Amino acid sequence: MAVRLNFEDGVLRAVLDGEIDHHSVQQMRREIDDAIVRTSPKTLVLDVRRVSFMDSSGIGLVMGRYRLLHGMGGKIVISGAAGKLEKILRIGGLEKIASFEKEGKE
Amino acid sequence: MNRQNRLRLAFPALSENEAFARVAVCAFLAPLDPTVEEIGDMKTAVSEAVTNCVVHAYKQQKGMVYIQVGLLKNGRVQIKIRDTGCGIEDVKKAMEPMYSGSDSPERAGLGFSLMETFMDKVRVRSAVGKGTTVTLEKKLSGKAG
Repeated sequence: MAVRLNFEDGVLRAVLDGEIDHHSVQQMRREIDDAIVRTSPKTLVLDVRRVSFMDSSGIGLVMGRYRLLHGMGGKIVISGAAGKLEKILRIGGLEKIASFEKEGKE
Repeated sequence: MNRQNRLRLAFPALSENEAFARVAVCAFLAPLDPTVEEIGDMKTAVSEAVTNCVVHAYKQQKGMVYIQVGLLKNGRVQIKIRDTGCGIEDVKKAMEPMYSGSDSPERAGLGFSLMETFMDKVRVRSAVGKGTTVTLEKKLSGKAG
């Protein structure tokens, strides 16, 4: 499990890699939140195209970052969600708090 | 796969075992040739149930998680996930979407919803102070029958 972070022009891009569960999400959350605090992004892009497994911890990850960013006036984009992953995220009702983008730069 | 075949697992309720549990269950069921979709469904459901043991049943304290996997008739598999933790006072409420027994904003309260989405049957038996057993069932399309 790894997070690659990149900040450019007000956009913080977090590329998530591997499996997201209640265990692995804790480290990801710390790294993303550190970067949010450091950069105060206008937009947080969560790139999930390399995520091979996700349970409801992934929904919690998006919801928690939304709470944090919303107070700072930022928004969330979920990039590259397809198939089962997208189904899980939509069960979480995340389209209400984040926008879904299919294509995106690597 | 012989219908008498079954799996029993016992491991401490540590979050690092969540990945082990879902992979072990699916590895045992591999001879039934489940589809990629079915494997993903079962992995998610097992992950949710085991996470509940770690987060809710034992509240991050020590305890054991017990898993039993067996084969039923007509290509159905049964996965039981049991703990001897605090138990659930109101099972119906606990299973409501968006209800979380945890104060953490990082828990979505959708664990049971996902189990119900991805499995054919979800049964919860719980006794306060004694523990909880979640029974998951799914019919596999492969050569399980």
